[in-house]
Amino acid sequence: MRHALCAAALAGFIACAATAAGKPADQAAPLGKRLFDYHCASCHGTGIGNPGAAMKPGTDALRVKYGGELPALLSERTDLTPETVAYFVRNGVSVMAPYRKTEIDDAQLAALGTWLSRNNPDLKRR
Amino acid sequence: MPLPPNVSAAQWQEALAAFRAAIGEAWVYTSDEDAGLYRDAYSPVWGEEEERLVSAALAPRTVEEVQAIVRTASRFGIPLFPISTGKNLGYGGSAPNLSGSVIVDLKRMNRVLEVDDRRHFAICEPGVSYFDLYRHIRERNLNVWIDVPDPGWGSVMGNALDHGVGHTWYSYRDHFLSHCGLEVVLPNGELLRTGMGALPGAGTFGDFRYGFGPYVDGLFAQAGFGIVTKMGIHLMPRPEAFLHRRVLVPRRQDIIPLVDIANALEDAGLIGMPLYESPMFHAQFADPALRAIAHAPDVWNGNAIDRYAAEKGMAPWQLGLSFYGPEPVIEASWQHARAKFEKAIPGVRFDDVETLRFPLDEAGEEAVQHKVLTGIPNMNIFAIGARSQTNPEPADGHLLFSPMIARSGEEVLKAQRIFTEGMQDMGVDYPDAYGPFTAPFTWMPRIFALTTGMPVSRTDPAVNKASRETMRKLIELGARHGYGEYRTPPLFQDQVMGTYSFNGNALRRFCETLKDAVDPKGIIAPGRGGFWPRSMRKEG
Ligand SMILES: Cc1cc2nc3c(=O)[nH]c(=O)nc-3n(C[C@H](O)[C@H](O)[C@H](O)COP(=O)(O)OP(=O)(O)OC[C@H]3O[C@@H](n4cnc5c(N)ncnc54)[C@H](O)[C@@H]3O)c2cc1C
Repeated sequence: MRHALCAAALAGFIACAATAAGKPADQAAPLGKRLFDYHCASCHGTGIGNPGAAMKPGTDALRVKYGGELPALLSERTDLTPETVAYFVRNGVSVMAPYRKTEIDDAQLAALGTWLSRNNPDLKRR
Repeated sequence: MPLPPNVSAAQWQEALAAFRAAIGEAWVYTSDEDAGLYRDAYSPVWGEEEERLVSAALAPRTVEEVQAIVRTASRFGIPLFPISTGKNLGYGGSAPNLSGSVIVDLKRMNRVLEVDDRRHFAICEPGVSYFDLYRHIRERNLNVWIDVPDPGWGSVMGNALDHGVGHTWYSYRDHFLSHCGLEVVLPNGELLRTGMGALPGAGTFGDFRYGFGPYVDGLFAQAGFGIVTKMGIHLMPRPEAFLHRRVLVPRRQDIIPLVDIANALEDAGLIGMPLYESPMFHAQFADPALRAIAHAPDVWNGNAIDRYAAEKGMAPWQLGLSFYGPEPVIEASWQHARAKFEKAIPGVRFDDVETLRFPLDEAGEEAVQHKVLTGIPNMNIFAIGARSQTNPEPADGHLLFSPMIARSGEEVLKAQRIFTEGMQDMGVDYPDAYGPFTAPFTWMPRIFALTTGMPVSRTDPAVNKASRETMRKLIELGARHGYGEYRTPPLFQDQVMGTYSFNGNALRRFCETLKDAVDPKGIIAPGRGGFWPRSMRKEG
């Protein structure tokens, strides 16, 4: 429990810091980016898939799902919020299994959410 | 989340307090939200009574903490279920055999303890993923390769302990075969090292697997005899070059000489994993005429397929050959192989698929076509189930059926027909259902896996019901013809173990005898492997 509380506090700190404009967000973003590269980019990044597939599976799945209305690459989305990111990380979707807390803890999840929603204009205004 | 079986609420609270004292409060997960993350995401009984749920999860950091957990569990009679990275999707995920078990999640024990690039081995803790070990090697520019399964996020250890498989040379892609030395916490909390690990000061844990006396390592794979905390694994030296060449044959029956020649090449150490495919598998979804051929009752004589192949110039079978080593040597091996195929199979054609020279830079690696053939971990395989142009409404995962059949073309043709007609009799059809274009997988050396997947759903119980009923029937059908599974999810382990029934199930009874002696209370993964301690055995 104590761990969960610490993580929540830290997550809150990162979220607040990120919305406080400028530097702190930059500090938080690289951790989120590093986590994205480590955990997500192998499915949701750029690059080719197995023979016959022009894209990685997560990128292709979102390309087909949104039919061009939203970017296929998660890192280029402007509509994501930390809550959406957290939902998909903890619940999974389709063939993507959820991530456990020993893989991505709550503080890391917040950092990931912050980075993936860095281009969301609504959050900047919030 | 359920309580462990036969444990009162008060005892449970006492046990949790002991677990917290042993590993720290933060690493004891009991809430539905946290422990729910250990449900099998590809469960074919999702949300149903039969689903295997966990009571809690514990995430130790050290061997001593694992020992403390086991001793506490033993004191209270609480069943544990160890996972390394818990990504065993399609074969049970992270869920236990027995509902109410406590997961021991070893992800936090994630140190690469040693990589020796002169004697070619690594020693890892359970939580080291293929991505992690690969990165460790790359960052240090070590002169070794790893052999990877299709998904790179799983662990070197967990994969090997479920007899997992990869994609390069025979001696590396059978991951349990290539493991060397285990450190294990036994059901009484005692620490065991196998092989040379048993000899204090030996320094050859990762070199020589047998040490002295009986080779007991097999007991710790697909079984509940202990929690493995360290494992050695043999690695291959980084080759200078890689050639991937393709052999395409014009007739269905050509699978027979194709397999014979590939077997001879592989067993002589000239090629890595033979990669069989049928170009007609995907083509049948684009051309209704081919689909009709595939579904016709007389497809098995091969005439319609051969005619279609001749008309369209499409091979019924292709075989990918991987060569690793110094370029002149592997070029010569390829020419040797080519001559063999040319002599045996009239009309055979060849493609030069890929030639690589190592080391590659990052961009070079990213451009490699089929990364697992060169030991580069990735997640591209998930394209087979994920949403795509040809699969706009994907399932939530799949249940894998992996029967092992003899490594000959005749057996492929025979087993294809048995399973195809069997599925037709069952009245089921899936995109990946068996048919005349089902190709054998060669992940496991010296045997073919005729693996197929059935869809699972987290929202539609009818999909799951159909898949698990089909699975049960396929297991039974396979066994009737001498085909047994090499691994299976917990839900089917009793049934599969039951099919290995020689002499009144002597194998299962022997495992039970061992379990009764080593773990009578069923503290470590009771039911894993399809056998139980006496106290949990169902009569008959
Ligand atoms: C699309 C897809 C493709 C796949 N391709 C492959 C493939 O190419 N090759 C392949 O082998 N598999 C494949 N799989 C199956 C599976 O995903 C991998 O085998 C994966 O590596 C197993 O998960 P893991 O490594 O996290 O092992 P874990 O889930 O951690 O462990 C597997 C099992 O081993 C036992 N175990 C684990 N750790 C310990 C321990 N420390 N002590 C005692 N027992 C332990 C437990 O019973 C556990 O359930 C595929 C699955 C999917 C969905």
